[in-house]
Amino acid sequence: MSAVIENHHDDHHHGPDKGLMRWVLTTNHKDIGTLYLWFSFIMFLTGGCMALVIRAELFQPGLQLVVPEFFNQMTTMHGLIMVFGAVMPAFVGLANWLVPMMIGAPDMALPRMNNYSFWILPFAFSMLLSTLFMEGGAPNFGWTFYAPLSTEYAPPSVTFFIFAVHLMGISSIMGSINVVVTILNLRAPGMRLMDMPLFVWTWLITAYLLIAVMPVLAGVVTMMLMDIHFGTAFFSAGGGGDPVLFQHVFWFFGHPEVYIMILPAFGIVSAIIPTFARKKLFGYDSMVYATASIAFLSFIVWAHHMFTVGMPIAGELYFMYATMLIAVPTGVKVFNWAATMWQGSMTFETPMLFAVAFVILFTIGGLSGLMLAIVPADFQYHDTYFVVAHFHYVLVPGSIFSIMAAAYYWLPKWTGNMYDETLGKTHFWLSFVGVNVTFFPQHFIGLAGMPRRYPDYALQFADWNMVSSVGAFIFGFSQLLFLFIVIKCIMGGKKATDEVWEGAEGLEWTIASPAPYHTFSTPPELPERSMA
Amino acid sequence: MSSDSTYESYYVPHNSPLPIFASLGLFLTVYGGGSLLNEIQSGSGGNFGTTVLALGGLVMAVTLFFWFSKVIEENNAKMYSQQMNKSFVWGMSWFIFSEVMFFAAFFGALFYVRFWVVDWIGETDDVVGGRGPSSMIWPDYVPEWPLLNNPNPEQFPAPAGVIGAWGLPLVNTLLLVASSFTVTLAHHAINAGERKKIVGWLVVTIALGLAFLVCQGVEYYEAYAHYGLTLSSGIFGSTFFMLTGFHGAHVTIGTIMLIVMLGRAMKGHFTKTDCFGFEAAAWYWHFVDVVWLLLFVLVYILGT
Repeated sequence: MSAVIENHHDDHHHGPDKGLMRWVLTTNHKDIGTLYLWFSFIMFLTGGCMALVIRAELFQPGLQLVVPEFFNQMTTMHGLIMVFGAVMPAFVGLANWLVPMMIGAPDMALPRMNNYSFWILPFAFSMLLSTLFMEGGAPNFGWTFYAPLSTEYAPPSVTFFIFAVHLMGISSIMGSINVVVTILNLRAPGMRLMDMPLFVWTWLITAYLLIAVMPVLAGVVTMMLMDIHFGTAFFSAGGGGDPVLFQHVFWFFGHPEVYIMILPAFGIVSAIIPTFARKKLFGYDSMVYATASIAFLSFIVWAHHMFTVGMPIAGELYFMYATMLIAVPTGVKVFNWAATMWQGSMTFETPMLFAVAFVILFTIGGLSGLMLAIVPADFQYHDTYFVVAHFHYVLVPGSIFSIMAAAYYWLPKWTGNMYDETLGKTHFWLSFVGVNVTFFPQHFIGLAGMPRRYPDYALQFADWNMVSSVGAFIFGFSQLLFLFIVIKCIMGGKKATDEVWEGAEGLEWTIASPAPYHTFSTPPELPERSMA
Repeated sequence: MSSDSTYESYYVPHNSPLPIFASLGLFLTVYGGGSLLNEIQSGSGGNFGTTVLALGGLVMAVTLFFWFSKVIEENNAKMYSQQMNKSFVWGMSWFIFSEVMFFAAFFGALFYVRFWVVDWIGETDDVVGGRGPSSMIWPDYVPEWPLLNNPNPEQFPAPAGVIGAWGLPLVNTLLLVASSFTVTLAHHAINAGERKKIVGWLVVTIALGLAFLVCQGVEYYEAYAHYGLTLSSGIFGSTFFMLTGFHGAHVTIGTIMLIVMLGRAMKGHFTKTDCFGFEAAAWYWHFVDVVWLLLFVLVYILGT
């Protein structure tokens, strides 16, 4: 027995294995975080290529490049891959890398399950992508897969889509359980909940949301599967069911899902802005409560996605006002970020540029969200490019910018090298210009009435569509620069100090750069309480 | 820290082949299952799907067996600290929460259909007033619950009747509630360290669970054979079979867990301070019991 214990003691001083099997068998949170991040980036480029197919087709009115059937497959797959393959795994990857280091834990709480959560994903997305080559083509009913388009009228590949969603759900639930357990159980002795960095807080709440709603997504795709293959009538009025039921169940998952994709971003920005403003975060407590409020509200606003579907007027009013309430906690956050910067001695390194752009551009997306929350206005905006502009503003310069900010901010800690600041800034400005040129004009064509998810459009939308497509290609190709910068940083560069950034706070800056393979095998002594 | 004389280090395993096999098994299972369903629908045999599905199930079962064996072995080798046990406790609790939400989706669907959709299709809503367009498509439709005449009986032949609450479902309720007590008695026996009683009460619990499953089978047979109540007999059948079916699947899983615990108890695994495997199975069993009580009230008593 003592041999076993000694053996186990040795484990903590193991370095990484060599070769491919290191990545397949690993139980190390840093390895798994890296896997998640690379997987996410590959999916980001894959989904991005699909977006470029869409924008290329929409460069001019008329049909030039692809047939409408394929266009529909592109819009569907682009959405699914970006949501489930790019944004969510990127945040899980960041959680894997950062949460144990931020709370002084030796690893994630359940390391083997952690590996399992990751390795399900390549299988799930291979299966999803393989539908492109199946008879009848890939899913073509939009990423929201409304019934009966996704049941009675769906291509046969929908079966594999359903099972792919099941796999993603299993992966997400296990990943989230791991995050919650790690945060609740593995904090360094003496670290109270209200001492945790905001990234940890936002991930705790995000993981709770994921555990709560991914099973509901599993439920709704299971109902689809049963309707398609076993003759149930969930979404068929002929049997006493209702297609609108699909939308209710889907959006009960779907609305919390959009906060799942933004709350960790809030945490990242709340880490970066104080560092480069050289001030403490303004209103830590209110940030925590605001995050929790947003999470709570996310469960009771889902039908604002369905104002035009036919709902009793009382329902429309309720969902309108409840939705507007979300502006309050979100406003608290934006105010706090602005107040943190107020009179700070700010510098604008690349992570800060992305973080500041996040605050401004995410707010634009939030405000267009408020417009969409107004029922009578939504009757006009529904399913137009205004909606597309809205959610891309919160997702691209929102979630994606925060992920890039995080990558630049923590890359020196991960690799031990500084990234190339000039190239980083170039990447930022290209992305910033690209994203606005792409999505801002979509507000105009949306308000003018251009519907989403069509390969062709009326002539009066031509100019802004052309602008938007040019922007999309600028944004898309700038991401290759990002890839180059990351690889260059991994290969070498100016050595990073342990603290990396002057005035950065948190346990992850107290360890060496690059972070050793195992950190905090015994819990760290916390610095004197900073939040109290 | 100062109160603990020594810090128990948290066990982080170095590498494991288990997860990749579990991923592969899961993938083969769903890929085979999906292929099989599509092959059945297109009428092209189903050999490929069946083979892959069976292979996936096998890989999954073998992997899970080795995975749980490994965890038990590590626990017996005293590699787990108290903190590790807490991780398991939290992990299982959150897993059960996710299961609750899965059932919530189906209960929500039942609620929505029953309270709104059935009336809306018949347009008997006072606000709308009178009968609306759907009554022109389906003039013979009568909004009622349980739904014994579907709007479109050609596509969805309606059931002749439904399973009443006070026959087999009542028996099943008694069986499951009793099993919740017996599993608790087994827990008490663990605390008291009485091996024979642990085994005895676990056997009783498992027997009750199996009896439940048999009754459920009989009930399904009656539904199909005598009432024409099937998965494809409209929304009542859809919600009825999905809710009770998923519950039955969970009873099956819970029973398998209890059988494993029985084996472990016979080997003398559990003590008062070290019986998390048993506790997890027992929590799962109580969860399944609570879902059944909800089903009994919402689907059977109020629904028929």
